[in-house]
Amino acid sequence: MSAPAGLPPRPAGAAAAVYPGGPGASREAAAPQSGAPRYQNGPVQSRMQFPSGYGSHLPNYSVPSGHYSQVPSKAAASHLDNQYRASYYPTYYSAPAQNVMTPSVGTNVLNTQESQQLYNKTPAHTVGSAEGPIQGAISSASYLRTSAQQSYSAFGNHYSTPVSSSVASQGFPLNSDHYTMPVVSSAMYPNVSYPPVAAGSVYGQAFTSQTLPAVGQFKETNTFSSQSTSVPHSLQQHVPVGYNTTLTTISSAQSIQDNLCRNLTGSVAKVNNQINTDLASGSCVATLTSTFLLTGADASFGSLQDIMCRSRGGSKYISIENAVCGIDSSQPVHSVSQSVLFTKPGAGTSASSAVISSVRTPAPSLSSQPQSSPSVTQSSELALQEGMQYGGYVNNQASSAPAPLSSSSDDEEEDEEDEEAAIDSSSTTSSASPVLNNYDALEGGGYPETRSVTSSPVPAPSVPQTSKASKPFGYGYPTLQPGYQNAAPPAPVQPNNPGHHPGFQHYPQQYPGVNQLSSSLGGLSLQHSQQPESLRPVNLTQDRNILPVSSVPAPVPNLNSDLRKLNCSPDSFRCTLTNIPQTQALLNKAKLPLGLLLHPFRDLTQLPVITSSTIVRCRSCRTYINPFVSFIDQRRWKCNLCYRVNDVPEEFMYNPLTRSYGEPHKRPEVQNSTVEFIASSDYMLRPPQPAVYLFVLDVSHNAVEAGYLTIVCQSLLENLDKLPGDSRTRIGFITFDSTVQFYNLQEGLSQPQMLIVSDIDEIFLPTPDSLLVNLHESKELIKDLLNALPNMFTNTRETHSALGPALQAAFKLMSPTGGRISVFQTQLPSLGAGLLHSREDPNQRSSTKVVQHLGPATDFYKKLALDCSGQQTAVDLFLLSSQYSDLASLACMSKYSAGCIYYYPSFHRSHNPAQAEKLQKDLKRYLTRKIGFEAVMRIRCTKGLSIHTFHGNFFVRSTDLLSLANVNPDAGFAVQMSIEESLTDTSLVCFQTALLYTSSKGERRIRVHTLCLPVVSSLADVYAGADVQAVVCLLANMAVDRSVSSSLSDARDALVNAVVDSLAAYMSTASNLQQSMLIAPNSLKLFPLYILALLKQKAFRTGTSTRLDDRVYAMCQMKSQPLVHLMKMIHPNLYRIDKLIDESTIHVNDRVVPQPPLQKLSAEKLTREGAFLMDCGSIFYIWIGKNCSNNFIKDVLGYPNYASVPQKMTQLPEVDALSSERTRSFISWLRDSRPLSPVLQVIKDENPAKTDFFQHLIEDRTEAAFSYYEFLLNIQQQICK
Amino acid sequence: MAFTFAAFCYMLSLVLCAALIFFAIWHIIAFDELRTDFKSPIDQCNPLVLPEYSIHSLFCIMFLCAQEWLTLGLNVPLLFYHFWRYFRCPADSSELAYDPPAVMNADTLSYCQKEAWCKLAFYLLSFFYYLYW
Repeated sequence: MSAPAGLPPRPAGAAAAVYPGGPGASREAAAPQSGAPRYQNGPVQSRMQFPSGYGSHLPNYSVPSGHYSQVPSKAAASHLDNQYRASYYPTYYSAPAQNVMTPSVGTNVLNTQESQQLYNKTPAHTVGSAEGPIQGAISSASYLRTSAQQSYSAFGNHYSTPVSSSVASQGFPLNSDHYTMPVVSSAMYPNVSYPPVAAGSVYGQAFTSQTLPAVGQFKETNTFSSQSTSVPHSLQQHVPVGYNTTLTTISSAQSIQDNLCRNLTGSVAKVNNQINTDLASGSCVATLTSTFLLTGADASFGSLQDIMCRSRGGSKYISIENAVCGIDSSQPVHSVSQSVLFTKPGAGTSASSAVISSVRTPAPSLSSQPQSSPSVTQSSELALQEGMQYGGYVNNQASSAPAPLSSSSDDEEEDEEDEEAAIDSSSTTSSASPVLNNYDALEGGGYPETRSVTSSPVPAPSVPQTSKASKPFGYGYPTLQPGYQNAAPPAPVQPNNPGHHPGFQHYPQQYPGVNQLSSSLGGLSLQHSQQPESLRPVNLTQDRNILPVSSVPAPVPNLNSDLRKLNCSPDSFRCTLTNIPQTQALLNKAKLPLGLLLHPFRDLTQLPVITSSTIVRCRSCRTYINPFVSFIDQRRWKCNLCYRVNDVPEEFMYNPLTRSYGEPHKRPEVQNSTVEFIASSDYMLRPPQPAVYLFVLDVSHNAVEAGYLTIVCQSLLENLDKLPGDSRTRIGFITFDSTVQFYNLQEGLSQPQMLIVSDIDEIFLPTPDSLLVNLHESKELIKDLLNALPNMFTNTRETHSALGPALQAAFKLMSPTGGRISVFQTQLPSLGAGLLHSREDPNQRSSTKVVQHLGPATDFYKKLALDCSGQQTAVDLFLLSSQYSDLASLACMSKYSAGCIYYYPSFHRSHNPAQAEKLQKDLKRYLTRKIGFEAVMRIRCTKGLSIHTFHGNFFVRSTDLLSLANVNPDAGFAVQMSIEESLTDTSLVCFQTALLYTSSKGERRIRVHTLCLPVVSSLADVYAGADVQAVVCLLANMAVDRSVSSSLSDARDALVNAVVDSLAAYMSTASNLQQSMLIAPNSLKLFPLYILALLKQKAFRTGTSTRLDDRVYAMCQMKSQPLVHLMKMIHPNLYRIDKLIDESTIHVNDRVVPQPPLQKLSAEKLTREGAFLMDCGSIFYIWIGKNCSNNFIKDVLGYPNYASVPQKMTQLPEVDALSSERTRSFISWLRDSRPLSPVLQVIKDENPAKTDFFQHLIEDRTEAAFSYYEFLLNIQQQICK
Repeated sequence: MAFTFAAFCYMLSLVLCAALIFFAIWHIIAFDELRTDFKSPIDQCNPLVLPEYSIHSLFCIMFLCAQEWLTLGLNVPLLFYHFWRYFRCPADSSELAYDPPAVMNADTLSYCQKEAWCKLAFYLLSFFYYLYW
């Protein structure tokens, strides 16, 4: 929510920006130009409506989406002006409508919804975008500060506003006292009724959304009063109201933008701001939708949908657009959301004008008053409209309903006037001089030149602000907190990803709890309090319910909201510390690791793809242009990593999105932090390679016995046409036992020809030309071979395995082209080069002392991998063994060649159906997923930071360059960073990863992610910004390294010390804490739990019998899994599923998905009467209690009673009952959110497999390990020592 | 001084020491290139590691034979260090000291660089020691 809050202000700022130079001129310009028409193109409007304000953008996109989805080039055809846009966002926009719907349905919770909405809508913004620039330029700067301040006001508003009421009301009451100070003051609370509140306002509304999440914060917020001084700034921002009005006419908004551009072009901040603004507008939209969602939650889903439909269809919407604009500024929180839509711009304008006047007045008090008055009008409007249409909802929300109605009054009348008013207001706003703020915010005051530029347009008043603004980031908590509030709310999490969000999956997970919010405060405090008050001390030993209701959201960097919206999605790019410490000394004090977690090649549903003959990069550090650079003027930009000033190439001046010239800051490269470039031949060392796949299959007796060949050949046959590639795709097969067999598949042969090479000491290729054949030309032969293979070796008695020689042959075969080698191995290699001996002593499996042999026994596989890597060949290993196979040595072949590793212990096709099914599913994904060849990934970061260590599967070619022979969408990477030079002269740091790869279609592409984070100077801020999940994942990576290079017990000690040290360091900073308690900042409250989970993970546990291969495999996964998957591995999610009918639900694609709350991983949560689902990432366990109701067993499992449920059950039958349907939809919803479809395993209480289930209950005590509580006591002891 | 065996040792080691200095400089340059991205760790300086170790051991043996205890004493620490480096490496490794995948780790790299500088200093000092003996 925070994001939305921030947004509203911006608009005002934007308006200001426009007019600052010369209100009159700008105005004129705006009117005629009317960017609006463009945006509004027919299709747009229709769609737009519900996005309402934003709509303008969306519509465009949405329309194009269909057309463009495939190729950018097609875009040209589109009737819309926005052809380019379409092309950029191909996929992006198509989805929006649906997405929106979904979130809304589910969402109860504000935050989540918003974030989702953001994505969907962002594109929509277009309208907003037009506005955006303006806003951004001015407001963004102010933003930082304002947001904080605003947040206060927002609070006030919240209470007052109806919308907030539903959610917020519960959470906030306690805090209310605190708030009084902010303008709104206590009075607001009393008026829960909201109407008055509404008046409050513009700001308030926007903020409200934020505030909701922030609930927790309020307690702390006493500080606000102090902050209130800053109020003036906030006012300015608020000004947006006026802005909104402007927006009402879309065209006007655009014109504004244009003006802004012209006037402000000089300002560096502009570009960013603009971008931000767009996003912001999007966020606003999101808020709107969110509001819907809220209402929806209460109401039936169907009703929500109806609403949506109506909104789209209704003529009202036209007005809505205006309203939307207004919304941004005014806010929407209106939560009542619907009402918001309808609110008229006019009202907003009047309010805004009032605000403006107030703004000018310096007094802090101003904010409160002005807001209230204007807001009132708006609210009234809103109330009326909403009340009429959505009365039902309103009622649901009880308190909110009445208020809005009362407030509503004269909206519609003013519509006509709005435009003018808006203009005026905007002009007035301009005086506010938000511009400066923006600038500061962006650059941290570092750049005098920029300032001067920006300042010039702005009148004197602005100056004082700037001074304040300049330091926004560094400030101590008082200042920061506001920011945090904004940032903190879980919802905002998503805002970062400007647009590309695949996913529902994501959101839904986070928000499931939302529903509960409305019903219970407790839920609120848990979820929402987290971020905002990331510093709130949590007494770990006393507070037992620290687990959030739904999944843990990523913290949002405390950036100004423009930047925040532009920032890279936390799914692709996360930093362990979202507030970067200024110096290494500070980092050392915090005792937390600094690093990045990357998922660079993730499957994205929307990704701007840019075709351009020149890719704009910094001349000295080669950074790709990104949203966080600053434009000094139209022809020059300043690199945000090395600070070099570069020229903007001529071509870059033309913006394909708007087909306008001279707007480099609106180019998609500068609007999106994740983009993909089609690279020119400059980025090739050789012509792009074709997709080449080689399968190396073990056919020894052991392998045939396990029966994997059938599954592999079957999967291959099924997916042969889906293998990524073009007409050049080549494929080949090698099998081996004690000899190596090649298959000649040359086109023209009547049947595949097997060539056996028995000289395994000096392996050679019998017919080098015909072993790798074109997939399309030899398809029939390949099919013949695949059909024949499983039966060819049924009678083999060969038990030896010459893996090494087979790999050497594979390398020789692949080295001319590069590509992918998939190795299937079922036993210890026993012949030729690379033979291995069993190193595991079964008696040592549960040893608590030394675990040996975690490292490779031989260099053979590592060297082979390095050779392969040099020839752009990756080796993927499928190990399907029933006994020890020395994975530690074999894994090297994948580790250093950027391959991936799959391990199926005790694999047998018929005896172990779960593994067989898993192999099948994994293979399907493996064969059909995207793949990038001959890739390199470079990670750049702001001067002063340097990369210390990389984790993952790759070969490090240079200090910042990874060589990835293949890159796949399931590969994650981690990077440890160190701070080499103090970062005192900058307030932002950026990280950029650029992944250059050859697509399976033979295109050279560059995918660029950019992440921007603030720099802080106090220890408290560092803790406030800690991302506990990222920290834990990075520590897991480091612990794996440590256990290989040193010993497992060292690694375990290091993990425990990480918790002890960081908590001790935290407690020493917070002097007022009682030393006798174990206190953690809210941001780190899950830290001990996760570390304990790590210690009980297969990779690191001791004392429990763990096979060496299992352990090594777990370690390999830790190094190569992306964060989301890794977290599920470390700390699975447990849900109770026998009462799903009673749970709150969300709608996804017309399915009703129940959202049970997360349970603690403790046996105390298991009851014999229940059934539980544990989501371990790659496997789902369903545990059924002995006394589980027969209804559940009958309906869901399809068996009459508990006793008749079979031991090995891997699927749920389709029973025509509500509970069955709900359960299945819940499971498929969980499955949809990940690339690998997990296997389902039903476990009864007396099932031998139940140990698999119970080992994941990490909060419980085992013979060899602490319970969670004991672990805490242990930590406490060590701290006190 | 008469042309004793010891004198011969010193003369020879003077020449060889020059070679070692060259190796050390070569290492320094190689690591610097690694750091600045001009070179892939795969073609790292490993080929020169074994010669360096053997030359240095040769000295030590010669000084032992010549009963030059002081000189030998000065060289023994480095000799042991070399042994330690050599045997700490994976069993059948020809990669020796510098493991390509690991060498880019910031810690390892800076360690290797420091090591190369220290060796350079040591060889230079011993060069003059041999020269003026």
